[in-house]
Amino acid sequence: MGKYLLNKVLIAIATVFVLATATFFLMKLIPGDPFASLKTKAAVQEKQREYYGLDQPVAAQYVRYLGNLLRGDLGWSLKKAGRSVVDIIREGFPVSARLGLTSLFFSVLTGLLFGILCAQFRNRWPDYLLMLVAVLGIALPSMVLGPLMRYFFGVRLKWLPVVGWGTPDKMIMPAIVLGLGTVAGETRAMRASMLGVMTQDYITTARAKGLNRAQVVLRHEVKNSLVPIVTGLGPGIAGIMMGSFVVESMFLIPGLGRYFVDSITNLDYPLIMGLTIFYGAFLVTMNLLVDVVYGLLDPRIRESGRKKVK
Amino acid sequence: MSDIILDVKHLVVTFDTYQGSVQAVRDVSFHVNRKETVGIVGESGCGKSVTIRTVMGLNPRSSGSVRGGQALFDGQDVLQLPEKEIRKLLGNRMSMIFQDPFTFLNPTMQVGRQITETYLRHHAVSRREAEEKALSILRLISLPNPEQNMKRYPHQLSGGMRQRIMIAMALICEPAVLFADEPTTALDVTIQAQIIDLMNSLKEKTETAIVLITHDMGVVANMVDRLYVMYAGKIVEQGDADAMFHRPRHPYTWGLLDSVPRLDERTKEELHSIPGMPPDLIAPPEGCPFAARCRYAMNLCVRRAPDTIPLREEGHAAACWLCHPEYVRQYGETTREGRPNVK
Repeated sequence: MGKYLLNKVLIAIATVFVLATATFFLMKLIPGDPFASLKTKAAVQEKQREYYGLDQPVAAQYVRYLGNLLRGDLGWSLKKAGRSVVDIIREGFPVSARLGLTSLFFSVLTGLLFGILCAQFRNRWPDYLLMLVAVLGIALPSMVLGPLMRYFFGVRLKWLPVVGWGTPDKMIMPAIVLGLGTVAGETRAMRASMLGVMTQDYITTARAKGLNRAQVVLRHEVKNSLVPIVTGLGPGIAGIMMGSFVVESMFLIPGLGRYFVDSITNLDYPLIMGLTIFYGAFLVTMNLLVDVVYGLLDPRIRESGRKKVK
Repeated sequence: MSDIILDVKHLVVTFDTYQGSVQAVRDVSFHVNRKETVGIVGESGCGKSVTIRTVMGLNPRSSGSVRGGQALFDGQDVLQLPEKEIRKLLGNRMSMIFQDPFTFLNPTMQVGRQITETYLRHHAVSRREAEEKALSILRLISLPNPEQNMKRYPHQLSGGMRQRIMIAMALICEPAVLFADEPTTALDVTIQAQIIDLMNSLKEKTETAIVLITHDMGVVANMVDRLYVMYAGKIVEQGDADAMFHRPRHPYTWGLLDSVPRLDERTKEELHSIPGMPPDLIAPPEGCPFAARCRYAMNLCVRRAPDTIPLREEGHAAACWLCHPEYVRQYGETTREGRPNVK
């Protein structure tokens, strides 16, 4: 297990390095100049570029950036005067993560439950109903669902606040909108995985022991069905915790989501890099975590990480 | 208390498929006495597993359906029991070991827990007591290092050990009947012998009646008290082991006996096999199902299926026109060696 983990960590570090390099050069290929403006004089613009080191060759900028990165310095935002990239992440990420985790927790639980129900009632009405919800969850984008929910639950029924952040009730609607895709995905994945497990021979063995249906499902089917599900969870966790541009803008939530788009349209180079590397490192960490959980679920993987298990 | 623990009468099982209804079991009757070992032999697809799984209530309910007959377990028709009542019997009073110990054990559960699970289901005892019971069973079936192996996962054990785990799982509640569905097919020959020896020794050590299902006459030899030979969803011959092995009367039984590879015959011949294929059970033939493959087949065989004809010895019977008293009177008794030159 130790060797297996060390191997995974080394691969993770290499992944982040490749990501940083690719992003840096791709970012520099975007046409335009962060300081180009009709309002400031050319000499001032020149001074700004010089101050941020943008007058140097791209290769030199890259080497300097990597050096700073190793020291944990992500630089200063070009557009938010006086704020470092680290500060921005430190402020925005906890908000996005809190919303994301809440959303993820409930949507994964709901999705797994829906998936189990679908599989158990295969091709009967509960299956069709829940799969319809799942398909809707994938088909309906949050910019459609969000306003609809705000209209009905916020404006018409006045059950929930329409926008805002800070109290738990303000989190309900954004969490649902954010998590519906996850619910849908988990439902479909769990259904498929469980249907595969249900026809396995060891389920017949379990039934031959005289176990009732609930015991067969809970003790023998669920755990074995979860193994492939956990794999898909890693990227999902990272994605949902980084915040969503649409949901955060819609509900006026001071998270990280909006910076992903803003930083690129503004050509805020250090912020683009900082966010990308942060997201990448987080994603890789989550995948690493998933590998560990995977091993806990299936003893065959725990033993030999390299051996192929069918 | 009757001596018969399981009495299956005129069982008919049909599977509905898109091609049509597969008549997997066509009027099968057999019984098992207490503490007895019974063999059911036949080639793949003859309906032997379906018969047993029907009695256990393990066929998928969606596809298989019992179209007739009874299965009296201790006087109670299990085919009529509600599911909840059947579950009280399964693993407890009747249990089953399966063909493939590689796929029939849960890969993510310690084998010890898989064994105790059965016991805990049927007895109100603590986990600790169930573990004690499991250990005693594992010692009975002589699994090496039972304490350590209980904590292992199936993939950490060898095929023979896994099959022992399956047997322990099935025996822990000391059932009245143990069904063994091809218990040695997936194992190496040497391990096969070990498992057969083990099951033989269990006959003495436990009160359990064993129903052994196999396609291999070699496996049931020296083990069973009585034997049923099944073909195309029907029992074609039945009788005591002695009669069945020494005076078999049905040409299909001869074929099965000839198909067992022998070490004492130093011939360079190929392994014997019965020519042809079993009939299509969606539309089974009108006459004897074996007629198309039988070298003794007569016109009558193709036109009419023979009834089960009782033979000289008690309990010995065969569904074959060659055994019909009228035929025997005219042409004499056909035995396995009796008319070797008939082609």
